[in-house]
Amino acid sequence: MTPEIALLLIQDGISTGAIYVLVGLGIVLIFLVTRVIFVPFGDVMGYAALTLAALQMKQMPGTIWLVLTLALMATVMEFYSLLRQGQGRRLPRALALYGLLPLLPALLVFIAAGHELPMWLAIVLACAIILPISPLLYRVAFRPLADASVLVLLIVAVAVHFAISGLALVFFGPEGFRTEPMTRAFFNLGPIGVSGQSILIVASSALISLFLFVFFERTLMGKALRATAVNRIGARLVGIMPSTTGTIAFLLASALAGFSGILIGPVTTLYYDSGFLIGLKAFVGAIIGGLVSYPATAIGALMVGLLESYASFVDSSLKEVFVFGALIPILVWQSIRKGSVEEEIEEEEREGRA
Amino acid sequence: MLSRLCLAVAALILLERGSIAADLTVGFVTSLSGPGASIGIPYEKGILAAHAFAGKVGDTNIRLIRLDDASDPSAATRNARKLVQEEKVDVLMGTSGVPGTVAMAVVAAETRTPTISLTPASQPQSPNGQWLISIPQPPPLMVAAVIERMKKDNVKRAAYIGFSDSWGDLVYDAVMQNAPAGSIEIVTNERYARADTSVTGQTLKIIAAHPDAVITGGSGTPGALPYLALAERGYKGGLYGTHALINPDFVRVGGTAVEGVIAPTGPVIVAEQLPESNPTKKVALAFREAYQKANSAPTSDAFSAYSFDAWLVLLDAAKRALQKGQPGSEEFRAALKDAMETTSEVVGTHGIYNYKPGSFFGVDERARVLVQLQKGKWILLQ
Repeated sequence: MTPEIALLLIQDGISTGAIYVLVGLGIVLIFLVTRVIFVPFGDVMGYAALTLAALQMKQMPGTIWLVLTLALMATVMEFYSLLRQGQGRRLPRALALYGLLPLLPALLVFIAAGHELPMWLAIVLACAIILPISPLLYRVAFRPLADASVLVLLIVAVAVHFAISGLALVFFGPEGFRTEPMTRAFFNLGPIGVSGQSILIVASSALISLFLFVFFERTLMGKALRATAVNRIGARLVGIMPSTTGTIAFLLASALAGFSGILIGPVTTLYYDSGFLIGLKAFVGAIIGGLVSYPATAIGALMVGLLESYASFVDSSLKEVFVFGALIPILVWQSIRKGSVEEEIEEEEREGRA
Repeated sequence: MLSRLCLAVAALILLERGSIAADLTVGFVTSLSGPGASIGIPYEKGILAAHAFAGKVGDTNIRLIRLDDASDPSAATRNARKLVQEEKVDVLMGTSGVPGTVAMAVVAAETRTPTISLTPASQPQSPNGQWLISIPQPPPLMVAAVIERMKKDNVKRAAYIGFSDSWGDLVYDAVMQNAPAGSIEIVTNERYARADTSVTGQTLKIIAAHPDAVITGGSGTPGALPYLALAERGYKGGLYGTHALINPDFVRVGGTAVEGVIAPTGPVIVAEQLPESNPTKKVALAFREAYQKANSAPTSDAFSAYSFDAWLVLLDAAKRALQKGQPGSEEFRAALKDAMETTSEVVGTHGIYNYKPGSFFGVDERARVLVQLQKGKWILLQ
C-alpha cells in the first residue's frame, strides 16, 4: 500500500462515513426520544434517492402511494382514538395534521412528476415527500406501543422495515438507479483528486451536524427533545408531551434520511433494498456511541466508513466481516465501561411502569 | 394468489376440453413476482410468444399451464408437484432461477417427468436417471470466448472483480480454467456484494496491480459498479464482462463508463447484425416477430429467447416421441425423455442444440458471439 493509496482510501472512507454519520445521528435521535431502534431508517433513505431518480427520469415515484396510504391509516387511527376518548372537537385538527398536511407534498410531486424539473426543484420535492413518512410510521406503528419494552419496539421496527422495503420493490422495481450528479467539479489536492460530490457530502454532513447541535443547545424544542431523552416521566411532569416530541424526532430523522439519500444517490447505484445495509452499518457507528452520544456516534460512523474502505482494499471478500465483526470488541468494551446494557433497559422499564 | 388464478383458469380450460383426449401438456413455471421477477417476466413473455408461434405438434394440440413461483425454490417445488400430480403434465419447463430449477429437477427425476431447464442448471444425481436438459449456454463456454478474445487483444495481465456470491465464484473458476491456456495472468481476485455502495478499495488494488484488462463477474445493474469506479479513477485498459451484464438497465446505469465493454452473448441479441450464413439468424428473426405479435412490444433480452428455444427443442422431441405413445401416459414421458436426450441439430435462436444422454447442456461454440458496447448499443464483433 503506497501513501497515495492510503490517502485515497481515507478520502473514500470519510465520504462514505459522512453518510453513516447522518444516518447514525438519526438513529440515535429517534432511540433517545422514543426508545425505538428505527431499523427502517435506511429504507426511508433509499426512498429519498429512488424518488429523486424517478423524478429525474420523469416518472411517477411510488412514494406518493406510500404517503397516501400511511396518511389514511394514521388519520383513521387518530380519529378512532379521539372518538374513544370523547374528544370529537379535536377531529378537524387531527384531519389537518395527519390527513391533509402529508398530502401537500404528495400533491406537489404528483403535479410535478413527468415534467422536466431543474435539479434543485427535484431535490426539494424529493425531500418534501420523504418528510411525512417517518412521522406517519411513528403514528401508525410505534405510538400505540409507546410504553412497550425496547425489544418489542425493535421487533415492530423490523416488521416495518420488511413492509416498506417490500413496497419499495413494488414501487421502484428490482433494478438499481443512480441520480444525476449535483456537481461535476473535481479538485486536485496534491497527489490525490477529490470529487466535488464527496466534498459536498462531507460539508453537508458537517453542516447538518452543526445545525443539530445548535438545535439541541439553543432552542426550546431541542431542549424538550433532550428532556424527553433524559427522563420521559420528568419531561411529562414539566409539560412536554412525549408523543409530540416523538413526532418531532421522527420528522427530524426523516429529514436526515432525505438528505443522506439525496447526497448518496449520485455516488452509488441504489436498489430498493440497499438502504437497509447502509442503515445497519450506521447502526454499528451508533453502537460505538453507545446509542446515547451524538459526537461519539459521529466519530463511530466515520470509523466504520474508514474501516470499510481499508477492509475492501485488504481483503474485499471479507469486508462485511470486518465491519460487523468490529461490533464484538465494541460491545465488550461498552459493557466493561458501564456494566450490563440489559440492566439499563430493565431500569428504564421500571421507570416506565412507575 | 396468481398461481391459484392460473390454476383455476387452467382447470376451466381442462373442463371445457375434457372431451378432446391426449393433448400434450406443458407445465411452465417462472418467477413473476419477488426479487427474481426482472428475469422471470421475460421468460413468461417468451413462452407466450412460443405458444403463439406453434400451438401444435403434428395433429396434437399443446396445452400450456403457467404458474408463478414468486422467486421461491420451495414454491417451485410445490408448483412442480402440482403440475405433475394434478395436471399430469408431459413435460416441465422452468424456472427462472438456478436454485428453483434444481428444486424442480428433484421432483422431475422422482416422478419421471422430462424437464427442460431455462437456466444453466443441472440435475442432482437420482436413481431414476437423468430427466433434465438445460437450454442456456454453460457459463464456462461463454467465459472461454472472452478469454480467447483477450488473448487476441494481447492482454498479458488481467484483473478480476466479481460478486461475493456463487456467480462471482463460477465466473472466477471459469476464468482460471481458461486462463493458463491463454498465457494470461490473473492478477487480482476482488469481490463485492450486490448491494455495496462503493468499490473504491477494490478498484485501487486493481489499478495498483497494473493490469492490461479487467474482467468482471457481476450481473445486471450491480455489474456496472466496478466499471463506474474504474472510469472514476481514470483507468484506460480493456474492459471485459460476461453475458450476465447484457440488459438495458446495465447500459442505463453504466452510461459512458461502460462504453467499450466486451461480453459474450447468444446470437439472438444481435440477430439483425448476423451474417446471412448464420443458421440462427432466420429463427431469431422469426422469434422477434412472434414475440412482437404475442406481447405487442419488441424484445431486448436473452431470457425470452431461452423459453422459445426450449419450445423448439420440445417440438422436435415430441414429434419423435408421439410415434411411441399417447401424451399423458408413462410411456410417452419416457419416450419424450429419450427423444430429448437424442436431439440433434435443432436450430434455435441462441444456437444449435445437440443433446446426448449424460450431458445436461446441448450447445457449442455456435451459441456464442462477442459483442461490444458502442454508443449505448451492443455491436457484434467479428
